[in-house]
Amino acid sequence: MTTFDLKQHLKRLVTVHAVSGSESPMRAVLREEWQPLVDDFDSDGLGSLIGIKRNTRQIDQPYRILLSAHMDEIGMVVSNIVDGFLQVQRIGGTDARILPSQRVWVHGRETLLGIVATKPPHLLKEEERRNYPLLEDVLIDVGLSAEETAQRVRIGDTITIDAPPFEMGNRFVSKSLDNRAGIATLTTCLHLLQNLHHAWDVYAVANVQEESIGEYLGAVTSTNHVAPDLAIVVDVTFANQHGAHGNDNYELGEAVPISYGPNFHLKLFDEMQATAHALEMKTVVDVLTGQSGTDAWGIQVAREGVPCVLLNVPIRNMHSPIETADLRDIERVGRLMAHFIANLDSTFLNRIGWTTHHD
Amino acid sequence: MTKYPELLQDLSNLDGISGHEGRVRDRILSALGDRLPNHHIDSMGNLLAHWHGTHGDQRPRIMLAAHMDEVGFMVTGYDSDGSLHFASVGGISDQILPGLRVRVGTNKPISGVVMWTPIHKNRDLAIKPMSNLRIDIGATSKGEAQGKAPLGTPIMFETVFAPLGNLWSGKALDDRAGCSALVEVLNDAPYDADVLMAFTVQEEVGLRGAKVAAKILKPDVAFILETTTAQDLPNPHASEGESQPNPTCRLGEGVALTVMDSGSITPPQLLRFVEHTAQQHNIPYQYKTSLGGRTDGAIIQSQLGGIPTMTFSIPARYIHTPTALIAPSDYESMVTLVKAVLHTLTHEAIRPL
Repeated sequence: MTTFDLKQHLKRLVTVHAVSGSESPMRAVLREEWQPLVDDFDSDGLGSLIGIKRNTRQIDQPYRILLSAHMDEIGMVVSNIVDGFLQVQRIGGTDARILPSQRVWVHGRETLLGIVATKPPHLLKEEERRNYPLLEDVLIDVGLSAEETAQRVRIGDTITIDAPPFEMGNRFVSKSLDNRAGIATLTTCLHLLQNLHHAWDVYAVANVQEESIGEYLGAVTSTNHVAPDLAIVVDVTFANQHGAHGNDNYELGEAVPISYGPNFHLKLFDEMQATAHALEMKTVVDVLTGQSGTDAWGIQVAREGVPCVLLNVPIRNMHSPIETADLRDIERVGRLMAHFIANLDSTFLNRIGWTTHHD
Repeated sequence: MTKYPELLQDLSNLDGISGHEGRVRDRILSALGDRLPNHHIDSMGNLLAHWHGTHGDQRPRIMLAAHMDEVGFMVTGYDSDGSLHFASVGGISDQILPGLRVRVGTNKPISGVVMWTPIHKNRDLAIKPMSNLRIDIGATSKGEAQGKAPLGTPIMFETVFAPLGNLWSGKALDDRAGCSALVEVLNDAPYDADVLMAFTVQEEVGLRGAKVAAKILKPDVAFILETTTAQDLPNPHASEGESQPNPTCRLGEGVALTVMDSGSITPPQLLRFVEHTAQQHNIPYQYKTSLGGRTDGAIIQSQLGGIPTMTFSIPARYIHTPTALIAPSDYESMVTLVKAVLHTLTHEAIRPL
């Protein structure tokens, strides 16, 4: 059994700064982490990393299963420099309301620490006490003169929040758990597969550009490139917390939310649930009535259509520097995928084919 | 980059909200070491001492004050899921709370975060008051939370002091920078005049410590070593010809001298004496150009029979947030100017005109 320290692995992943379109630091780290676990690496034209683990049954023309998680993160980009202070635009769904007083990293010619400027309470005007500032009002202070800033920072340089990981009881807090938590489930699965036989080839894919542009670019192009027969997508979903309770929020550390709806193959959903229950793993149905907001939306209609299932890791405070997960949720999704893959045989696609109606 | 003083780094990193200044006081005591004359820790927790001058009988007795406390929060309640209610100690803007990382407790500190509803579920721009936000410390029940963070537990920003560009960044620079500067001033004692040292408590909740300290020390004049708000940022949205808002003071342009703030008016003859001293010694200085804020000086001036006071400030961006910024050169100019004044101040300079 290869030893795998999930916590250390996740710490390494979330410490990387890689906003949509600038994923290369993440690709480099993931190549190292996956190197001992896969037989081959490949890439699509946009930079999604593809780790290939061949079947262990000496099957000539094996079926292919795609495990898909995005490796990019939300952030900002320098759009203007005024007197040495930076103005920014968002990359992905960055929430401007959490920015005031955060420390950030400016990924310029050298990496600079910066502060999102705020007015002290002593000087706030009445209207400034009512609303959070808008992104267009944000200035980032790097403590340098105009000339010094110009030498180090260019328009187009990316910015991420300085939010190193830490543990809080059983919980793990960091930036970019969306979706490094998903990547960590793939790694967990690859580790478990070292000791399980499988008849299908496994394509573990870390996609680029999920958070931005809105076309699930990396997921579509990597799926086109791999030509899988099935796809399991892993992304984060909402956990119960103060300010977010309801049907689409899940307890941390309890059960695997498996998504159900038109974005997903109904029989594949059933098979995944059956596998979970055989492992005595609790699941919960995550109802998504249309667009799932994940790579699954792109993958389902890539090529001639790919049967998709979506497994979720619940996190608190999504799209903030304090995203909060329970490592047990990550481990469970990885284990579920590994056993699902080990159970796949040459009849599986027939089993989920549309020969009869299915409710 | 000027090497930052180790003392300033330590003081910034230490936790001491109003009423919990003990760790800061201990670090200051250790920094002053054997040179500290007989000192007194009064009932409030102020650290006081009388440093005799070489010509003390001919000079005014000068009180030098810097406050040890910082703004923060306290635990005020619990939800059944183990999250904490909290309220601020001192003035903290609600706008900096979403996604904030904090340290909960001082004896066995634990990490916590101010939870924030994902943008996917709420896009409301109206600022949420502190009473509607909760801190997650990883507890899963009210009982667990009560055990880990009993009612009243102090909560601090978790920033670690660090250089940032040409500046120094850290929490609690208001007023640990003043404390550090005051220790540096005392390192050159004795001066001509008697120095009445006061590291005060509870400035941030209403200048409480200084009131007691002044009555115990009975100075002829008091100088406050502080930080003040610098709003020297560009306004990219300003239209052509529109005037920039008043920055109050600017980083890197020297120690800021208070002419008047919302709590006190510096006696003009004292202000002019200090300015003259700065000019004679080529020490960079500027004026604080807005009235916002007040310092321990506001309470000291009204004690006993009336005590002339003046505030010296290191311009600081983003005070009362997790990370404030100051310029090394301003810190130096404050230390140098206060030292120069201690060597030269006469009774004439503080006598009302």
